[in-house]
Amino acid sequence: MSATRSTAGTAGQDSHRAQIIAITSGKGGVGKTFIAANLAAALARQGERVLVLDADLGLANLDVVLNLHPKLTLHDVFTGKCSLEAAILPAPGGFSVLLAGSGMVEYSRLTSEVRDQLLAIIEAVAPRFDRILLDTGAGISDVVLFAVSLADAVLVVATPEPTSMTDAYATIKVLATQHDRREIQMVLNQASRVGEGRAVRGQLQIVIDRYVMPMLPAGAAPVKLELLGEIPQDASVREAVQRREVLLLTMPGSPAAQGLVAIATKLASQLASKPSVKMAG
Amino acid sequence: MTASLTTIAEPTSAPPSAAPCALRLEGALQLLRQAGQELPDRLQVGADAWMQSLIDALCELSSRDPLTGLANRRHFELALAGEIDRVARAGEPALVLMVDIDHFKKVNDAHGHPAGDQVLKVVARALADCIRPMDTVARFGGEEFAMILPNCPPSFGHMVAERVRSKVQGRSVAIAPGQTVQVTVSIGGAFAPQWVRSSAALWVERADQQLYRAKAEGRNRACLEQPLISHVSAEERGLLFGTSQFQDFE
Repeated sequence: MSATRSTAGTAGQDSHRAQIIAITSGKGGVGKTFIAANLAAALARQGERVLVLDADLGLANLDVVLNLHPKLTLHDVFTGKCSLEAAILPAPGGFSVLLAGSGMVEYSRLTSEVRDQLLAIIEAVAPRFDRILLDTGAGISDVVLFAVSLADAVLVVATPEPTSMTDAYATIKVLATQHDRREIQMVLNQASRVGEGRAVRGQLQIVIDRYVMPMLPAGAAPVKLELLGEIPQDASVREAVQRREVLLLTMPGSPAAQGLVAIATKLASQLASKPSVKMAG
Repeated sequence: MTASLTTIAEPTSAPPSAAPCALRLEGALQLLRQAGQELPDRLQVGADAWMQSLIDALCELSSRDPLTGLANRRHFELALAGEIDRVARAGEPALVLMVDIDHFKKVNDAHGHPAGDQVLKVVARALADCIRPMDTVARFGGEEFAMILPNCPPSFGHMVAERVRSKVQGRSVAIAPGQTVQVTVSIGGAFAPQWVRSSAALWVERADQQLYRAKAEGRNRACLEQPLISHVSAEERGLLFGTSQFQDFE
């Protein structure tokens, strides 16, 4: 035990380490991958070194969103066919990606091998970036929860749809009660009006206070849901997704792109005010 | 002041065969003698080996509860921190049980403190008889004990806690010639969140909360934290999409 502690300590103590943000949602199809890619582009534009890691091992689609046809993926790294170095690819938008690729279906179950591989990969890349976005899969599977557990911060994506809000709430509940997360961030995607993000956050917080807090030990710190921002419903998003383009590059003036930039700015200011990032692994 | 310092440092105050003259070991040696810890002969094993065994014996002494011989709270906290580290890395579920003797104060009040001590010893023995070599059982404080069970799947949790409970119930404590008492324990248990670096304090707190539940539900029972599910009840849904849907709350 003391041996593993000291190794972990010397590896990351004085060296730089990226802040790791897990992007998750509960329900699928709410725009996790779209947000991961565009947030990465927005952060890169602000001068950050950003890596998006496709942690949706079973149903990866970051390559589809970015219109990349990768020759090398996490699968090749896992099987030793290529070096980690070779699998880190540049994406349009000025950030890097590590793609899961379609060969990863067999890894959608969290075996100890997958776990160790993912952990080792994240440890290896963390010193070289400012920010790592983990694009997790849908649901609350063990793979998703493992990816989330590696992160310094969790970003829950929801839309105003009841199913999405319910799943976002279920995710927050699991994170707070089983993973001892006290600060959870959220983004409202496809907001139908200005201020809807604030309203949804408020409503979720009320249910958290009423039903999640009593599940925690008496005197536990409150679970705080923070709204990072909202992304308005915007026809240009559909257009960009269909053309497999990064919205921020092709339609930077669109309302959705501006929402994403505002979120990136907020994230950047958070990182600036918190220079030392806690070790996750 | 100066005089007394000189006296303590006087090398002749310790027998030459027992301590190297530069160190004052009399206090340590006295503690070990009192605890019944034996050291090898210094002349036979050599000064370094002897010193090592002295330090080892002191470490051992500082991690034991003198009355019951179990690990003490200091050792428990060290083991718990290590277990959290292991759970976060290996992801094997681990269980913490908090075990509290029911109505212990009544035993003390009715039969006196020596009887209470006897009860503590017998319960400690029963707990120690329940564990695997990799488990830790400690006296947490007063009449409360704590157990760390690494690599314990949630499906086994209740069986393990129940075994501990019935083991204690099956023992009788001789408190005086021809006089015995029987005690029971209440047990609360919580699993470490898999993959996650929780804190020792939070983990113990969650187990403690289950212990309170076991007490409240009538004692002599084991309550374990249910592995939580992501189920959203109708009430929660109702509040989430209540009549006042999407007002501004800030």
